[in-house]
Amino acid sequence: MSPAAAQPETDVAAAIRGRLAGFVRTLRMNGFPVGLAESRDALAILAAADLSRPSALMPALRTLFATRPADWERFPEIYKAYWSARRTGMRVATSGASRKGGLDIRSWPGPDPRPGQEGAPDRVTRAEDEDHAAESEDEAGSRRAGGSRIESLAHTDFRHLNDPAEIEAAHALAERLARRMRARLARRERVARRGRRLDLRRTLARAVERGGEPLDLVRRRPRRKPLKLVILLDASGSMSVYSATFVRFMHGVLAGFARADAFVFHTRLIQVSQALRERDPVRAAERFALLAQGFGGGTRIGGALETFNRAYASRTLTSRTAVMIVSDGYDTGEPEILAREMARLRRRARRVIWLNPMLGWRDYAPAARGMRAALPHVDLFAPAHDLASLAALEPELARL
Amino acid sequence: MTAPLDRDAIATRLAETGYVPDRDLSVALALMQRLSRPLLLEGEAGVGKTEIAKALAAIHDTRLIRLQCWEGLDRAAALYEWNYQRQLLAIKAREGHDAKVVEAEIFSETYLLERPLLAAIRQEKPPVLLIDEIDRADEEFEAFLLELLSDFQVSIPELGTVQATSVPHVILTSNATRELSDALRRRCLYHYVDYPEPDREARILLARLPGIDAALATQIARFIAKVRREDLAKVPGVAESLDFAASLVGLTDLREDPDAVRDALIALLKTREDRARLAPEVVARLVEGSA
Repeated sequence: MSPAAAQPETDVAAAIRGRLAGFVRTLRMNGFPVGLAESRDALAILAAADLSRPSALMPALRTLFATRPADWERFPEIYKAYWSARRTGMRVATSGASRKGGLDIRSWPGPDPRPGQEGAPDRVTRAEDEDHAAESEDEAGSRRAGGSRIESLAHTDFRHLNDPAEIEAAHALAERLARRMRARLARRERVARRGRRLDLRRTLARAVERGGEPLDLVRRRPRRKPLKLVILLDASGSMSVYSATFVRFMHGVLAGFARADAFVFHTRLIQVSQALRERDPVRAAERFALLAQGFGGGTRIGGALETFNRAYASRTLTSRTAVMIVSDGYDTGEPEILAREMARLRRRARRVIWLNPMLGWRDYAPAARGMRAALPHVDLFAPAHDLASLAALEPELARL
Repeated sequence: MTAPLDRDAIATRLAETGYVPDRDLSVALALMQRLSRPLLLEGEAGVGKTEIAKALAAIHDTRLIRLQCWEGLDRAAALYEWNYQRQLLAIKAREGHDAKVVEAEIFSETYLLERPLLAAIRQEKPPVLLIDEIDRADEEFEAFLLELLSDFQVSIPELGTVQATSVPHVILTSNATRELSDALRRRCLYHYVDYPEPDREARILLARLPGIDAALATQIARFIAKVRREDLAKVPGVAESLDFAASLVGLTDLREDPDAVRDALIALLKTREDRARLAPEVVARLVEGSA
């Protein structure tokens, strides 16, 4: 295992450097964000390592190169494959290589002005990301290999995902995206949480400037109730290609977030918040699938909303609640019922968002009777057919 | 900085202070000193991340300065604050004096309240700075922290720049409730703290519970490893296994007293559903498998 052991003694340092550079390349190919600083530190580690007893080398390099649990998990395998391989620079394919580690939603490109996006409302744009600017040049380089894949994945309509690995990657991304959105929304919530009373600390600070007289009273802004999200997901047959991704998205929003609720509807309405609070996403999806079984016939959106308004609205809706309906709007019930229930919902919720995967399709016009009936009662009508359109929702949710 | 200890020295010293180290953790700690980089510890709640910082402070015989992060934590609570009350009193007491003199006086050390971060960089001997649960703090704070951790200096407008007297050993912990920024992750060395393997957990039990029978400790450690593999809402951490084992001290075999084991589960399982999942027959099976 020792990198020096296999080399002639003449130029050990150069040989080690070469091998190490190859290892760094291997790590980058496997999605590790390795920059110059890490390479330099790795050389320092190798220089200081007792090469006659190299057992500490793997853990040392692991501590240096891994930055998150998934990479930590994969590192020993990649290390072993590289340092015990005869040739250098070979690609080490590990099971999770192209999955979590290599894909990062933060490296997504902006909205794609392809013709397929024409139906999208102008006001929906991609979330700006502060972290993005902080990323260094070499980090961007390390992602270049996976970049085109991420780009295509972000803009691939969920119904066009066929490869199981791609589907899993899209699901995982939807989940991660939701978690990031949740973290940001929670932060905004905190910023808004100011008491009605005097801010004593700031008032005193001002008083010092004024020679001890509390002339400027600093007040806290009125308290605003925390933001809450309720998701209603259409689980009917026409939505089936999209619902799996949304289940993962909902799971990401709900996990550990107390102020969110989730429902699915088909011909009936079922609360799935508890099932989705399962920590493991796959298990959550399984529990969800069990709950959603036993539906039949067409989609009764109006009827489902009626059930929601009657049985759940008083408990789940507050004046700071956004309701997100995910549906293609194909309703087999009466449009009048849908319109009436949407109006009731609109009165009780702060904001009603309707996500329609078909809105991302070229030439789509919301012609379905149900969709037309619902539209007047919707604050935001947005596409949700690919990961980029999900990412674009964040600023909209934040505007509550 | 004190002379860096190598991996073996760290492992030995950790063991002396009563901390049973993970095989690779001492490597990470040695590296952290050699490269003067912060160490980010991630892992489930209850795996003993905070204990690591305490043990590190013990082996360096230095202060542990802890910054507990929370949502809304800001610079004033983390770095420094002026003691406004005392400043106001001083202003009142010196009424009529030259305003400039009074101003210079009230914005001096005497009226400065040190918070953990400022305290940490003003120690003669490098302390261990534990930034606990960084994932609970906001992203703005994370960015600010990154700046502080690279420069180890703080600018206080009224006083000027405060340069670190000594560079602290920085340990950050995260339970992954929020995705940390790549910038922070890359600034830090990384160690994922897992639940201890049964034989390490047995050694932890022996180290912390002097009265415990060695065979029982091994059996309990194996039992807990099995419990952790069950489908639980709240997987028991090391503190829970210590409580569990403490209530069984005196036994030599778990099979001796099934009632005692069942009663002790209260220390291990913290939710009603988990209690329901570990029905008596399940427990009996796990105990049997651990013998």
